[in-house]
Amino acid sequence: MLRLEKRPSPSRFWQGMTPVLAVVLTMIAGGVMFAALGKDPVEAIRTIFWDPLFNAQFASYSRPQLLVKAGPLILIAIGLSLGFRAGIWNIGAEGQYIMGALAGAGVGLAFYPAQHWGIFPLMVLAGALGGWVWAMIPAILKTRFNTNEILVSLLMVYIAQNILSSMSLGLLRNPEGGGFPGSRNLSQYPSASNPELIAGTGMHWGVIAAFMAVIAAHILLQRHILGFHIKLAGQAPRAARFAGVNPTGLVLLCMGISGALAGLAGLFEVAGPAGQISIDFNVGYGFTAIIVAFLGRLNPIGILLAGLLMALTYIGGELAQFMLGLPAAAIQAFQGMLLFFLLAVDLLSNYRVRLGAKVEAA
Amino acid sequence: MNRRTLLATAALGLGLAFGGVANAQAMDKAKACFVYVGPIGDLGWSYQHHQGALAVQEAYGDKVEVTWQENVPEGADAERVLTQMALSGCNIIFTTSFGYMDATNAVAAKFPNMKFEHATGYKREQPNVATYNARFYEGRAIQGHIAGKMTKSNKIGYIGSFPIPEVIMGINSYYLHAKKVNPAVELTVVWAFTWFDPAKEADAAKAMIEQGVDVIASHTDSTAPLAEAAKANGAVIGFGQASDMADYKPSPRVSSIIDNWAPYYVKRVGEVLDGTWTQTDVWAGIKDGEVEIGEITDAVPAEVKAEAEAMRDAIAAGTYHPFTGPIKKQDGSDWLAEGAVAPDGDLLGMGFYVEGITADIPK
Repeated sequence: MLRLEKRPSPSRFWQGMTPVLAVVLTMIAGGVMFAALGKDPVEAIRTIFWDPLFNAQFASYSRPQLLVKAGPLILIAIGLSLGFRAGIWNIGAEGQYIMGALAGAGVGLAFYPAQHWGIFPLMVLAGALGGWVWAMIPAILKTRFNTNEILVSLLMVYIAQNILSSMSLGLLRNPEGGGFPGSRNLSQYPSASNPELIAGTGMHWGVIAAFMAVIAAHILLQRHILGFHIKLAGQAPRAARFAGVNPTGLVLLCMGISGALAGLAGLFEVAGPAGQISIDFNVGYGFTAIIVAFLGRLNPIGILLAGLLMALTYIGGELAQFMLGLPAAAIQAFQGMLLFFLLAVDLLSNYRVRLGAKVEAA
Repeated sequence: MNRRTLLATAALGLGLAFGGVANAQAMDKAKACFVYVGPIGDLGWSYQHHQGALAVQEAYGDKVEVTWQENVPEGADAERVLTQMALSGCNIIFTTSFGYMDATNAVAAKFPNMKFEHATGYKREQPNVATYNARFYEGRAIQGHIAGKMTKSNKIGYIGSFPIPEVIMGINSYYLHAKKVNPAVELTVVWAFTWFDPAKEADAAKAMIEQGVDVIASHTDSTAPLAEAAKANGAVIGFGQASDMADYKPSPRVSSIIDNWAPYYVKRVGEVLDGTWTQTDVWAGIKDGEVEIGEITDAVPAEVKAEAEAMRDAIAAGTYHPFTGPIKKQDGSDWLAEGAVAPDGDLLGMGFYVEGITADIPK
């Protein structure tokens, strides 16, 4: 009989191995599902994981797209991971992403059609500020009135979506758009656009910002006292208080950083790949980033890899849909399995699996 | 009736300049690709486009390979999906939602040898982009007539998706024709801000029913509003939208607007095969068979049914236009004079309600 035995401390080997094992298990279970749908499972898995990277027909386009898709996921997930480590649950990154995009695009459009090199940096600042302000609302409500930040930040997403609708229909609507909702296309306004920096690489400022965030978070957590405080607050809140960690300050800081990074992601997206504010501008990056943060074990390098992997399943999933005729729901189930198996095999890093009856502890 | 609209003169100029210059080579085998905004199982908008895709397969058999992708978000993702489709060797790509407009034109610029067909949009920035739409407002006129006759509370409702001209003209047409047969009628509009979200659509229907609305038309893609109406045990009726939604016959679904894209898709893919495809802007209606009125059930009194069918036949014959003056705008200013018929340009850019509607278009 199988039974579980708690490890004295989490196994380092399994901590590193569980994501890999989760991917392998997802491939197996996904393969079974694809086979049940009447598709060749090997071909399906190959189309999802291999073709976007190495298929001669698609790879030259898909590989850079991986960065485009992963960029905002990584940027948001890095910010979220800091809070998650400290036990501060910002679930509303989607709303902060929207507000960052609105603030940044609003600044850019206010200058239209002036051309100046300073406009884009100003938009970047406004984007970060927009996300920060939106995150400060649940943060201050928590520190002042002890509200639950999970609930408040989540509900703020729906408010942000309504503001987005209102902006695309009203204030930010393209006056030359024939009455249709949506702003001017920022990609056609050089001073405010966030273009591909080197043609064919997918690199835009948002991707660079994501890489910078990974490095900064890594240094923060490994080398800085603040990183220590964040980790301590999550693992042992009482000990943290004795060590002089100010819980109020930590909430404001972690919510603020995650909000600002989500806002930046929104700004880079609206000025770059999306191009314009529209009613359905947000496509769930803020929520998917939560999965990315946990898939990457709340570790900056892990998040980088997890973001790329998640992007791969999106892009590969799209290929599988129209190359093999797999339904979209099967791809979503496949992505869901990834998180499911990760959480399941996570058990292995904290517990040992033993065969046989329970032995009395000595 | 295939005709260019007068909406965007610049785009029209492009169309005239480049239309007909398109690739005139016939091919033995073509690949036709479809992009859907919802799941093909939505039983509404995307489902109906997919029926058109299947009709293409049926019509040409081995000569055409049909592929599709569902649930594609409008925005940055659409551009990637379209590019990957183009790279996979599609000869013609149908992008079946308004929000794909910019992405369609951007990708078309990169693949000048491929044909792109964008549904319900107005931008034809590249010579290889055609647009097509259906005159749904014709069907809305018939629904409005039925609604005006059938309502007992004199409150009728409309679930809007997005406040774009296509939806606003549907609301206006619905209201005008309800008002014509029932001057006491009041219209409630609820905006869902989505094309497909059964939960939101059901909430919208529920809210209206609580306010006493007993006839609900919807401009979203799922059957959820009808499912909600069905709970009222016959007190509330509605209409099938985009698809017949026959499962809800005879009530609450008393009639429907059916989008029949199949003839257009078969024709356009055929033109790709024989090399005669050119850039066009098609806005077809009941007359062309693109908009069909689903069976009016026995839940509607025979005389109302006869009147509704007479209106359908008059629209098909071209003797009646749903927007015939005198019609004033909501603010009381004149729009159409006595006997005047709305120009297509006015309809395609419609951003106002007609007189009598008390709601405001969201800003």
